[in-house]
Amino acid sequence: MGYPHPPHPKETPVLSRHFGDADARGYDGWVRRGGYAALEKALGMPREQVVEEVKASGLRGRGGAGFPAGVKWSFMPKQRTKPHYLCCNADESEPGTFKDREIMRWTPHQLIEGCAIAAYAIQAEQTFIYIRGEFTECIAVMQRALDEAYAKGVLGANAMGKGARIDVMIHRGAGAYICGEETALMNSIEGKRGNPRIRPPFPAAVGVFGCPTTINNVETLSSVPHIIEKGGAWYKGLCLSNPKSTGTKLFSICGTVAKPGNYEVTMGFPLKELLFDLAGGMRPGRTLKAVIPGGSSVPILTAAEAEDTVLDYEGCVAKGTMLGSGGMIVLDDSVDMVYQVMRLARFYAHESCAQCTQCREGTAWTVKILQRLLGGQGEAADLDLLLDLSEQMTGRTICVLSDSCAAPVVSAIRKFRPEFEAYLGSGKRKARA
Amino acid sequence: MTDLVKLTIEGREVEVPAGTSVLEAAKQTGVLIPHYCYHPGLPVAGSCRMCLVDVEKSPKPVPSCATPVAPGMVVHVSSEQAKAARQAVLEFLLINHPLDCPICDKAGECTLQDYTFQEGREAGRYADYAKRYNPVEDFGPDVLYVPNRCVLCTRCVRFMEDVAREPTLNVSERGDRARIGIFEGRQLDHPWAGNVVDLCPVGSLLSKDFLNKARVWDFDKTASVCPGCTQGCNVVLETRENAVVRVRPRPNPEVNRFWMCDEGRLNYGWLNRSDRVEAPLVRRGDRLVPAGWEEALERAAELMGASEGAWVGLVSPGASCEALEAASALLALRGGTGAFRVREGPEAPLAGVPDLALRKERAPNVNGALTAGFTRDWSGAVERARAAAVLLVLDEDLVDLAAPLTPGRLVYVGTVLPEAARGAAVVLPSANMSEEEGSFENLRGLRQPYQQAKSPPGMARPAAWILAELKRALAARVGARA
Repeated sequence: MGYPHPPHPKETPVLSRHFGDADARGYDGWVRRGGYAALEKALGMPREQVVEEVKASGLRGRGGAGFPAGVKWSFMPKQRTKPHYLCCNADESEPGTFKDREIMRWTPHQLIEGCAIAAYAIQAEQTFIYIRGEFTECIAVMQRALDEAYAKGVLGANAMGKGARIDVMIHRGAGAYICGEETALMNSIEGKRGNPRIRPPFPAAVGVFGCPTTINNVETLSSVPHIIEKGGAWYKGLCLSNPKSTGTKLFSICGTVAKPGNYEVTMGFPLKELLFDLAGGMRPGRTLKAVIPGGSSVPILTAAEAEDTVLDYEGCVAKGTMLGSGGMIVLDDSVDMVYQVMRLARFYAHESCAQCTQCREGTAWTVKILQRLLGGQGEAADLDLLLDLSEQMTGRTICVLSDSCAAPVVSAIRKFRPEFEAYLGSGKRKARA
Repeated sequence: MTDLVKLTIEGREVEVPAGTSVLEAAKQTGVLIPHYCYHPGLPVAGSCRMCLVDVEKSPKPVPSCATPVAPGMVVHVSSEQAKAARQAVLEFLLINHPLDCPICDKAGECTLQDYTFQEGREAGRYADYAKRYNPVEDFGPDVLYVPNRCVLCTRCVRFMEDVAREPTLNVSERGDRARIGIFEGRQLDHPWAGNVVDLCPVGSLLSKDFLNKARVWDFDKTASVCPGCTQGCNVVLETRENAVVRVRPRPNPEVNRFWMCDEGRLNYGWLNRSDRVEAPLVRRGDRLVPAGWEEALERAAELMGASEGAWVGLVSPGASCEALEAASALLALRGGTGAFRVREGPEAPLAGVPDLALRKERAPNVNGALTAGFTRDWSGAVERARAAAVLLVLDEDLVDLAAPLTPGRLVYVGTVLPEAARGAAVVLPSANMSEEEGSFENLRGLRQPYQQAKSPPGMARPAAWILAELKRALAARVGARA
């Protein structure tokens, strides 16, 4: 539901059904709403069958990359020769994204249940829920729920009385965006500097503490109990467009819309309807200019492109962008694109881990050029320079932070070039020596 | 036998063991792929992105240091895309680099200079933005950090962490504010810390000992062996105007891999001593006066040939195998024996490398001396020396001896003349290890040769030559008498 707004008939509330319902936060309230039935069911199934069920559902990673969750689980070694670990990525720091926060705030047991099922399926010895350090409320709510779950025997040595040992703990992040990258997150859990690692080896082979690890997003794991409860086929049926994108997706809509908030819709939902029906459209007297559909790291869509975009993994790729995390940043005609892009680039320049040269130097340089443009001291060559730098920052580094900085810059210059050109030479610039 | 993998690099086929990186395989075909963070002695970081190359069927350039070879792989190092990627890295690295090469100690052996010259852009496009500025930091006894020149390759961090196993350095801050930091309250004072200066690909980590001392292109470089301890690290002696100015490690996987300790690195001043004996000296009454080699050798042979009774040798374990063997052969003419003593200091292992340490025995050729037949029975030999017919001393400093030894019966072969040897009958000036060819036998029995790096002062000659000549002169006398 469109918390904090009343539910909209076009929504499909699965994950968000109990948002805003304080009673659902506690163990008793959660069980009254049918909670932990899925965990009990899963613990009665063979592990392989749990994985198969999730594979059959077509559930794909909700953190941004969209990798099939069941397939990811099946990469874990079948025989446990070393401890296995599960990481829940709750380091939600993508600008414009706030869906995981709401899941943890309102339905902590939904996430714990999902973690427990996944931990059972991949034989995880320990589950780390890595929560962004700034999410103090989420951390408090999740900790309370975890304590309850242990007290009620949901977790621990004999989970749900079914004999399996399931442990879940919270690891609090310290405020680095890059720690949301899965390998940086693992370094951070190990107590090291949060630098992304080179792959291969992939986490399923060498992950946290050098052991096989699966890492899933909060929304992905929270979807798992519903899949187990109602079946993979039911989940696969939740699809409006491409059958490769199934289930429901939470979209965090922010920016210049009438009703910003979280909206849960079925995969393949039209972007236009989401913006204008559910989120209430633009503010009075304003028109849509652009949308960044998947968190700040993806290419920008113009209003015209947004017109017929359908919201699933393939639909976004068809428009040259990505579904990403589903954090939708809406920009109306009052927005200065050059300034917005500079703000985004400044974020990435601040958060670069400083390992790769292109990212460390390139993000900061991009900001300097954009700031000078904004100051009216840019030159025509600066735009081509920005495009050239961005090209060299894409696909050249260990992780995709540098690509993420380049994507909005490139798409903004390509699609809104007149706005950039309007800044050229508007101020005086001292002649170069 | 490991499996061999066949691949093509720059059109050349090469076969390397499975698991080799593309960068190392390329080296074998004679192609040096530019790199900063990669170093064969350190774990792979793969972060500088300088070693990007094109691999056919791969959608984007790959870091060759972190990519293992695969059968049938086709690698292009100088394709347009790969060159553009590396050119971009160079441009990015240079935007905050001060370009103060004229006052930088690293100039001339700086890979940022080399690669920029090799494949960088003609001009940067960074315009007139301010460059990052951080003040110079004092990291420890011999290391300065110049953050402005740093390329954040983290070789130094990884050396301290994985090779020295004493984490001292880190990367502080993020983004373009990042720099190398040092942990609170710590100093870069590990006995092997000086290696970070060699590892630094730019002039960011500097040796205080070498600071502003010389331009590296003025050096003559000579392959040598460190005379500091029994480990026998392979080194390069760098000389300018007949003086050793810097000592750096020379890779040898069997002995010292890529490293050497700070004591060995910094303790080279004695090779340049100016108080050397420059001419042979012979005794005239109570004075030692300069003489020619022929006269001096003749006097020594006369003394030794005329003597009745045992000869005793006191030798230095810092002398070459050749000199020690010659001394042993000379003493053997009269059934003479000899001994040596070794100065000791605390042992300092390099934790991350097996069997590599600054050894307790601070002399390079203890094993060579033993092999040549000398013993460790120093006090016994000194006792015998007092009654000996002739005492032969080979570059031993004779300090801590209660009384001057055997005045008038002492033949002294050495680099300098110690107080205790002032009563010598003959003094024969020898070259030090940087002035001669020779070899040392290290503690694992490996005999390693070293080359001559500079010329000896005055008339000084290698000790091996002196002792061989002395033996010949002696033999000639015996022959003449017979």
